[in-house]
Amino acid sequence: MTINTLAKGGWDREQMACFRKMEKVIVAMQDPDMGMKMRNQRLLITVIPHAMTGVLGELLLWCLTEAVHLSGMLVRYGYIYPLKEPRSLVLRPDESPYRFQTPYFWTSTRWPASELDYAIYLAKKNIRKQGELMEYEKERYSLLHKRINHTWDFVVMQAREQLRASKQRRKADRIVLECQEQAYWLINRPPPGAHNVLDMGLERPNNFSKTVGVFVYDVPSLCICVCMCSFVKYSEQYQNHDPIMQGCLPSNPWISDDTAHWTMSSEIVPTPTRLRVERWSFSFMELLKDIMGMREFMLYLEKEFSAENLCFWQACEDIRHGESSRILEKVEDIYKNFLAPGAARWVNIDSKTMDKTLQGLRHPHRFVMDDAQMHIYFLMKKDSYPRYLKSDLYKNMLAKAIVPQETKKSVFPFMRRQRHSSPSPAQAVIQVTEEDGHAKGAGRAGTNSAAGSHV
Amino acid sequence: FPKQTFSLCCKPFRCRSLPARRKYMRSPLVPEMATQEVQLNETLSHLKTESDTLKTKLEEERAKLHDVELHQVAEKVDGLGQFVMKTRRTLKGHGNKVLCMDWCKDKRRIVSSSQDGKVIVWDAFTTNKEHAVTMPCTWVMACAYAPSGCAVACGGLDNKCSVYPLSLDKNENLAAKKKSVAMHTNYLSACSFTNSDMQILTSSGDGTCALWDVESGQLLQSFHGHAADVLCLDLAPSETGNTFVSGGCDKKANVWDMRSGQCIQSFETHESDINSVRYYPSGDAFASGSDDATCRLYDLRADREVAIYSKESIIFGVSSVDFSLSGRLLFGGYNDYTINVWDVLKGTRVSILFGHENRVSTLRVSPDGTAFCSGSWDHTLRTWA
Repeated sequence: MTINTLAKGGWDREQMACFRKMEKVIVAMQDPDMGMKMRNQRLLITVIPHAMTGVLGELLLWCLTEAVHLSGMLVRYGYIYPLKEPRSLVLRPDESPYRFQTPYFWTSTRWPASELDYAIYLAKKNIRKQGELMEYEKERYSLLHKRINHTWDFVVMQAREQLRASKQRRKADRIVLECQEQAYWLINRPPPGAHNVLDMGLERPNNFSKTVGVFVYDVPSLCICVCMCSFVKYSEQYQNHDPIMQGCLPSNPWISDDTAHWTMSSEIVPTPTRLRVERWSFSFMELLKDIMGMREFMLYLEKEFSAENLCFWQACEDIRHGESSRILEKVEDIYKNFLAPGAARWVNIDSKTMDKTLQGLRHPHRFVMDDAQMHIYFLMKKDSYPRYLKSDLYKNMLAKAIVPQETKKSVFPFMRRQRHSSPSPAQAVIQVTEEDGHAKGAGRAGTNSAAGSHV
Repeated sequence: FPKQTFSLCCKPFRCRSLPARRKYMRSPLVPEMATQEVQLNETLSHLKTESDTLKTKLEEERAKLHDVELHQVAEKVDGLGQFVMKTRRTLKGHGNKVLCMDWCKDKRRIVSSSQDGKVIVWDAFTTNKEHAVTMPCTWVMACAYAPSGCAVACGGLDNKCSVYPLSLDKNENLAAKKKSVAMHTNYLSACSFTNSDMQILTSSGDGTCALWDVESGQLLQSFHGHAADVLCLDLAPSETGNTFVSGGCDKKANVWDMRSGQCIQSFETHESDINSVRYYPSGDAFASGSDDATCRLYDLRADREVAIYSKESIIFGVSSVDFSLSGRLLFGGYNDYTINVWDVLKGTRVSILFGHENRVSTLRVSPDGTAFCSGSWDHTLRTWA
């Protein structure tokens, strides 16, 4: 499998948009009225026009809080380059001088950087001053010499021409041009080991020449206002449960290195936390998602003699998410226990759904129980669930629930607690398998065991 | 639909139910029809023009209705105070760009994959590496932790998704028990287990998503509709648990019915590739992050985009997004090495987090919401809290 290097076609997307935005910022920064202050800057003995000092300070005035970062990116991509230490494209928080890169050398203008141009650049450097090429540049130079040997005469000729033309320029202009070119090549042919900002990852998209068909569907839509209000309501309801927003008790393990919070919130605990029990009242789904919540609800239903509903729902979930090979067997079990006339745990489904389900049983598949399952789910949600929340069972649970004490910040904050490891979930299942004596498919442990004990 | 005033709105007004809207959707032709392509092309282009006209008309109609912006409704909500999040753990060990990560349900373990083909399982709390696998391919762009915590799935340039059961025997080579589950015709971009270890949902550079049975490796359902590479997917946390959303290089985010394979909703407002999609915790909406440097929130019931999270000073694309537990905060990992934290309701940026030294490629909030983990091209992962 080969990874294609980026071809020009692939640039008509994110990368170009990105560079264009940066270039827009750069143009605005050079605006004579609103832009940054530039002056002639003396570098060694030559005066460079239009240089800026105290770049960081100027940029801070011009941009907002992420000025430092954004400016850093502009330097990384070569839109601004340093005059001192020109090989290091990094923004320094001092008075060192920088210059804007000429649009001729903007990344988007000259993409992709051509091998020929690089060869000419290296040849120029080599001719201009023997030994000026760095080690890695020498290696690349000889590699290029081999690769494009057929046009080497042209390369050398071009290099000589360009050197001759530049000798006729003023020294200041010459230095500027050299700096610009060097910055350009630092970006497009970075030294080995240096950060390659033009690394864009895998090429995409793939070319699809599929023709498309057209089909129509009706979409019911809800008023915007209802939707917006539901977001506000949801966020408010869950705010206290969001550790990043409100913190968590006794403390956030990642911050304090203390795993007490996790211990108190593990799947099965003797006494759950108050927040956890409160959450069961937010929605029926929250109750069923929590293993302890489901267990408590089952206890309640047993008192009401309607536990078969929850068992049926669990069994249906097991089919939907279980192994394909066991679907038939599980469907038969469900029929025997829940749907057959005179079944031990017969569930009360309306006749229409029952007929449809029984029909489907002739050719059982993963979703054959879906309608019946949904019917029972909504039955429990509308009837048993609200009553459970009003029941003594739930109220006692809530009263018993613990509210952990917030850990006081340690006296010696610089002393780090020992971070203890926890048993891997993989280990837990292996032990269960050994105890059971037969290999169990790794499904949701809670659902399986609960279903197993009732079906 | 209810017809009542809502006290949270800035103006009291009657909400009225909207009539069902007719939408035209494009889907790819089934291969058998390819021979009739030439004849159909003319009819298709005619239909396309018609559907485009209707689409414009629908947008005009929608604009006429009284529309409320999310941040207007959220005016009365308290603003967020000073927001401080720091790197709490740095995980070093990958030899190249980290491309993907996922949390284990135990809230502290993670699996991460990288460009050099290595997949590592860490206890992020202690920063210990617990397992390591070397894939036979590079650019492992997708990895996922099984709900049971006993296996991980991963894939990339090998066009496959493989499941590795996690063995605690130090001497055992995990690669020996590897199980090939999914087969695509192009790179694997994302994978996710459904509610159990038995099924995996995948998305690929071949433009399709697919649902697989892990045990047999059988294809259960395939999802066609994207016109280019599919880059990301997320499963809906709904009661009936039957849908998922995918985002692709065609700038579209599609919502699919897992049973029938049909695309039930489609959203196209981004200006570039959609790199990441994530459901809002209630399941009624989802957020997307794109190369156009914006994150957007789409409401499924209103069937439209309801918020854009962007700033002029944010130039670089978003690689991944995730919500905090309450859905109030949206975290975005960006290609300019930063993480921006957005107030979902007010649409403002709450904080900007620095630390990574190269692109942030992946970001996930932990299952209990106590922290989030980011992976980057700088070879490291960071846990923030």
